[in-house]
Amino acid sequence: MAFGAFATGVAREQGPRRKSRIALLLLLPGILYLMLFFLVPLISLVLTSLQEPIPNGDIGEYQTAFRWENYADVIGTYGEHILRSFIYAILATIFALLFSYPLAYFIGVKARRWPLVQNLLLVLVIAPFFISFLLRTLAWKSILSDEGFVISGLKALSLMAPDAHFTGTAASVIFGLTYNFIPFMTLPLYSTLERLDTRLLEAGGDLYANPAKTFFRVTIPLSMSGIVSGVLLTFIPAAGDYINASRNFLGGSGTAMIGNVIESNFLVTLNYPAAAALSIILMAVILVMVTAYVKRSGTEDLL
Amino acid sequence: MASGAFAESGADLELVGIQKRFPGFTAIEHLDLTIPAGSFFALLGPSGCGKTTTLRLVAGLEDPTEGRVLIGGKDVTKLKPYQRPVNTVFQSYALFPHMTVLENVAFGLRRRHIADPLGKAHEALRLVELDHLATRKPQQLSGGQQQRVALARAVVNRPALLLLDEPLGALDLKLRRQMQLELKSIQEEVGLTFVHVTHDQEEAMTMADTVAVMNKGEIEQLGAPQELYELPRTAFVANFLGQSNLFTGKVTGTTSSAITVDIEGVKIIVPSKRAQRHTGEVTVGVRPEKLHLLLKAPKVDSSVNVLGPGRIIDVSFSGVSTQYILTIPGIGKVTVFQQNMSSGPLAHEGSEVWVSWDVEHGFGLADEPAASPKFSADTDTATIALQKKQALMSELEEA
Repeated sequence: MAFGAFATGVAREQGPRRKSRIALLLLLPGILYLMLFFLVPLISLVLTSLQEPIPNGDIGEYQTAFRWENYADVIGTYGEHILRSFIYAILATIFALLFSYPLAYFIGVKARRWPLVQNLLLVLVIAPFFISFLLRTLAWKSILSDEGFVISGLKALSLMAPDAHFTGTAASVIFGLTYNFIPFMTLPLYSTLERLDTRLLEAGGDLYANPAKTFFRVTIPLSMSGIVSGVLLTFIPAAGDYINASRNFLGGSGTAMIGNVIESNFLVTLNYPAAAALSIILMAVILVMVTAYVKRSGTEDLL
Repeated sequence: MASGAFAESGADLELVGIQKRFPGFTAIEHLDLTIPAGSFFALLGPSGCGKTTTLRLVAGLEDPTEGRVLIGGKDVTKLKPYQRPVNTVFQSYALFPHMTVLENVAFGLRRRHIADPLGKAHEALRLVELDHLATRKPQQLSGGQQQRVALARAVVNRPALLLLDEPLGALDLKLRRQMQLELKSIQEEVGLTFVHVTHDQEEAMTMADTVAVMNKGEIEQLGAPQELYELPRTAFVANFLGQSNLFTGKVTGTTSSAITVDIEGVKIIVPSKRAQRHTGEVTVGVRPEKLHLLLKAPKVDSSVNVLGPGRIIDVSFSGVSTQYILTIPGIGKVTVFQQNMSSGPLAHEGSEVWVSWDVEHGFGLADEPAASPKFSADTDTATIALQKKQALMSELEEA
């Protein structure tokens, strides 16, 4: 007993200081990692975005400067692409939400009685991750190509004009974005709906709310945290996505998104300052939109 | 509610030939029940007896396999929960966590587009003395406060029928007593029909005008609390509602006013009108507090029944009364409650004693003796906890 008392006394004295030192030690790798791979590249990106071409230099040669006009230039040149990116991303997010909510509700609420079904469906949602994102998008390209059975079938049924295409259109890019981000929407929705207390739904019915009213007044507000995380996980990467909209995948010449523009500026025209400025703009717009969205949906505690 | 108006007064509830089967078991075998308007009705029974299922059938949260539910004479069997003039105070309270207390209470009013929902919600919160917490979220309230909010949320709709599903189960004893009184006064104030489901016999008896004791999906006995207590019809009721000393024997004599039962050679007299059966093997009983503990053999008197001598095997003091358990050879254990009129116990462990009771206090049960095995009292959690504590204390003392 005496030993025990002594031990706890010592621990209590040293506890807080020790704890904070250990906490710091544990945080150190994370902090270093962030400094090295987030803060440094971010500063370098900002600096790059302000560079100017070296007079009489080669293509792709820039020097440090504070050329703020870079931003005005890219907005002037690529304003359309920036706008398109956000429209596509918003539409894809809405479609993914409309598709995922019923799915997540079924898995998380209706299938509670059958854990096997629940697990099986979850595996099915996650299973596409086992195959590369690029391969899956390419597969869709061939399925939805003009020679593919879907489009030829629709044409045979006269539901599509004989000379119409699907791949290369805005619809096909939005379809691709929606498809690729559905798991990111479904999983957070599932995790909140899985915890939904169905007795509250009974209470809603008991208090004269029909099923639709109960859904909008009780279920939706209670699953808001899942909706917010799903929307963020879909919208942010979708806005910067450059695979789906690429001409090599589901996009066409008129569907380039901001990601495609950054890619071509960086890798093709070697216009590093323009690519960097576009990246910063993308980041800033996403930050503003996300903050506004989270504030509006009343889930600030997520940030 | 379809009509979109407050109920003028409580409506009567009628359950006709209700049966409810779930996959694998039958919750309610056959239930016919009429609850008059404006009454405080308690459905009392042990866990799994079908009382909560009955309530859910009335609320529309379950559909009966067979039978009809009528509220105020109107068949509501086919109506959805939100179409029924019924509100429930749920066992879990089921308060909406994303809304303030005020919005929770106003929820039903808003759904029915009743004018001035917030004003009426404030009024209901004043009724349960919680108006000062209207802007809080339910999680910020204590259990008792949440329970009152749940009550306000139901009462504010002035339903024809208010269903209470063990709403006091999660409260501590003192708060439960206080809430029982509050509920009762609210019921009298608003004049609605209350149907209260509980497994706590004391709660049912203090609150309800009429108590129905349910067992295994059927109603064993229905009546005023005092009537049920004084004159239980079955061994289940006799033991579930308070405690009873039960003895089984053959009827050996019948007069116009009483029957005589032979219990292991001792003649026990029970008034005919208090006995359900007058012939054959019958079970008779008497409440422990009706027994007198005697240290000497009493004189023979035809107006009292006497058992004994027996030996006291346990004495436990509980403040207002002392409980004695004695064994009488050939008859078994008998429990006696004695008011603590004088200080110190009347008798000690090992003392030889007799018990007597007024003939008028005995009762005869309707059960077939073979069909009434010794019922083990459904001890509530508080009692179990107390017993555990006492066991632990004595263990510590021994160590």
